[in-house]
Amino acid sequence: MGKVKTIARRSFLIGSAAVAGGVAFGVWRYKTPYANPLEAGLDAGEAALTPYVKIDASGVTLITPRADKGQGAYHVQAALIAEELDVALDAVKIDPGPPDRAYWNTALAPEAAEFMAPEEGFMRDAVTGVLSSVMKFAGMQITGGSTTVPDGFMKLRAAGASARETLKLAAAARLGVEASALRAEAGRVIAPDGTALTYEELATDVAGMEPVQDVPLRAPEDWRYLGKPMQRLDILAKSTGTQRYGIDFEIDGMVHAAVKLAPAQGGGLVRYDASAALGMRGVRGAYEVTGGVAVVADNTWRAFQAAEAVEAEWSAAPMPARMAEHWAALEAAFVPSHQDSRVRDDGDVDAAMVTGQVVTADYRAPYLAHAPLEPVSAVVRVANDGVDVWTGTQIPRFVQNNVAKIAGVEADAVRVHVLMMGGSFGHRLEDDVVRQAAEVAVQMRGVPVKLTYSRETDMAHDYTRQIAMAKMRGTVKEGRVEAYDLSIAMPSVIVSQMGRQGLGVPGPDSQIVAGAFEQPFAIPHHRVTGYRADPLAPLSSWRSVGASSNGFFYNLGLEELIEAAGADPIEERLRLASDPLAAKVLEAVAEMSGWDGPNMGPRRGRGVAMTRSFGVHCAQVVEVRDTDAGIQIDKVYVAAEVGRVLDPVNFENQVQGGVVWGLGHAMNCEITYENGVAEQQNFDAFEGMRLSQCPEILVRGLENGDAVRGVGEPPVPPAAPALAAAIYAATGVRLREMPFSKVVRFAG
Amino acid sequence: MKLTVDGTVHEVDVEGEMPLLWVLRDELNIKGVKYGCGIAACGACTVHIDGEAVRSCQVAAEDVWGAVTTINGLGTPDAMHAVQAAWAEHQVAQCGYCQSGQMMQAAALLAAEPAPSDSAIDEAMRGNLCRCGTYPRIRAAVKTAAKTLAEG
Repeated sequence: MGKVKTIARRSFLIGSAAVAGGVAFGVWRYKTPYANPLEAGLDAGEAALTPYVKIDASGVTLITPRADKGQGAYHVQAALIAEELDVALDAVKIDPGPPDRAYWNTALAPEAAEFMAPEEGFMRDAVTGVLSSVMKFAGMQITGGSTTVPDGFMKLRAAGASARETLKLAAAARLGVEASALRAEAGRVIAPDGTALTYEELATDVAGMEPVQDVPLRAPEDWRYLGKPMQRLDILAKSTGTQRYGIDFEIDGMVHAAVKLAPAQGGGLVRYDASAALGMRGVRGAYEVTGGVAVVADNTWRAFQAAEAVEAEWSAAPMPARMAEHWAALEAAFVPSHQDSRVRDDGDVDAAMVTGQVVTADYRAPYLAHAPLEPVSAVVRVANDGVDVWTGTQIPRFVQNNVAKIAGVEADAVRVHVLMMGGSFGHRLEDDVVRQAAEVAVQMRGVPVKLTYSRETDMAHDYTRQIAMAKMRGTVKEGRVEAYDLSIAMPSVIVSQMGRQGLGVPGPDSQIVAGAFEQPFAIPHHRVTGYRADPLAPLSSWRSVGASSNGFFYNLGLEELIEAAGADPIEERLRLASDPLAAKVLEAVAEMSGWDGPNMGPRRGRGVAMTRSFGVHCAQVVEVRDTDAGIQIDKVYVAAEVGRVLDPVNFENQVQGGVVWGLGHAMNCEITYENGVAEQQNFDAFEGMRLSQCPEILVRGLENGDAVRGVGEPPVPPAAPALAAAIYAATGVRLREMPFSKVVRFAG
Repeated sequence: MKLTVDGTVHEVDVEGEMPLLWVLRDELNIKGVKYGCGIAACGACTVHIDGEAVRSCQVAAEDVWGAVTTINGLGTPDAMHAVQAAWAEHQVAQCGYCQSGQMMQAAALLAAEPAPSDSAIDEAMRGNLCRCGTYPRIRAAVKTAAKTLAEG
């Protein structure tokens, strides 16, 4: 904790911290305030009350810095505002807002702080505060780490309440009555005599007023929207094919570009010949871009065809040629010189291994693509009055800076318009497609250039989920787990990801051990060590990040020790649980599933797993049957502790989706590289779960915790290990490596 | 060549081998039809030709054999098809990108088989990928739509 003390002593620092879905870094001055970014962009007659809500003649607009990639982020934020502002939920318009550092995402900080200060209390609070300041300085406007709900829960409601009370003050001045005599309802301030003033007509009065501060927030029992089933604001559009996504964006004069990139991930262009492409119908030009060649045509398909016709010579990938060498590099990292962290070290693990009968096992998790169903795209226009970027992105600030560099302008001259995303899962934390579009657009000044990746380009050039390996050893005593030593090796995701933004990240990477080191079990001798492997294929954050592999490793290791002890998987976890919230989710899935042990009769079985990630305890029981057609997953029971369920329908949908994500990839997905070339480039080779394979998924949200949590990622880590345990119970086959299709067949 | 799409006849000047998907999206600006894979592995581009669900990424413009219906012709926000209404009622969508194809597949299923069994639903819908994992809601919405259509 030497680093923490250093931070506490000084007031002006350089620091960094790996966090879920990104990193915080930089020089900062503690508690430096930032200007309200909306004040700069306001026209006459508009008033901005907080960074989050704009009221003008057209009504109430939520300015949200958080991207919506399918998780309902826009909707829940609108509900948080509407709850206090006294407007109808469907009257709230949504604007993704300008990139601005005032939108720093505070909720990512506690995740980072958890690594530096694993115990709750003063140290954690101190570190969290410091990291918040880092992020504030660095302007990390990032959507990730299941942080939208925790970040907005207080801020957005407070914004709505402040807006409401300030509007009342404005109305009071107009009507000559006390503000306390007024009430607000459905977008209007209403006087005792029934006179009503709409928020729209009060907007100009409010401009220039000091917002009312510290308005008490309503109690949950008084909520109108939150905690109740609501129709998501985007549901009608998404149910009728009328929702526009980034890939659908059109603007006058736009041209369509496609790229041919080096087949090997990270390889470069040596020379190319586009003459055949240039002779094809509709083709307007070919340009060298980072990693390859872009061809510009008059529609997407013609651009795709022409890009294929480019002849080129490529350089090799800076990674090992064979997968066996990737795995060997991980194997070689389990040595002291590669040790990255050992935050968890309870009891005396080494002594316990000498006295007991030692159980050991190795586990593996493969590279995985993000593969949201909408391939990435971007439209960039470089003009004399500035640069416009239209794209679906989780990192608008980085996009703004990177495009500014390419266009040779100041960042302020780049306007980033964030568009709706057809999924992301971490994919849109990268911005290659935007940079390449900008590289073409600077050569076609004034022309909007839309670059769309083909599915093959999107998948083959994805920055994948980490490849990872773990080694478990442990002992049992008198029917109990006595010692559990888990070592995990992977390259650093955060270093790879931030490296592409030109940022160095010193210090240990919490994601190498996330989903393992902080698990709420009091095992007498317990150690989790992270080893940092040398860089292999480039990596990026994938739904649940480190926990996506480590939740699998941790639960499997525990599972094997519990089996060696002859104990029941739920009973022993309950006995070891060091946190009442962990016990609650385990008890919930035991009750929901009617748990009476893993065995359910011939060729049937169930398994359990529990992972605490992103502050959420999530337990799952998976039930399977071994049929003649293969393994059939019948049911999954899920309990997740989120403090408070704000939107019950979307909560259930998100949790079910997380389970499908975790199970589907564990079943049959991997990316393998041969000479740097991804061997899976489309959904025929990277399939995931099909509807016919989908189990019934029963979900329960628990509300015992004192903090409100997001649930986009936490259902992912426990799904794969619960499935592995269930398959073991049904078949006796112990799966220690994903995907499971290497060993077993799945029905459907 | 002439194409009839959502009840309107269009004259398009494209290469015969251009997939219907791209004719719809880029030439006719019908963006409800989605590109996901280009190899008939995901179903996002599903449309109807003479009522049959087809992957528009695999149908060359010159091979289109009948009237094309897209999600935007199936129904509109003001006048939803029973399948769209069921999708809204069950709040199926997360990112929503695959749902145009899912709904077109479901509409074709229900036209051919008004009261499908669970296994018939699984079989008909297994070619439509949803990366967000909305399958439980898709199943429920198909059943609701079947009921609505049966009640006329």
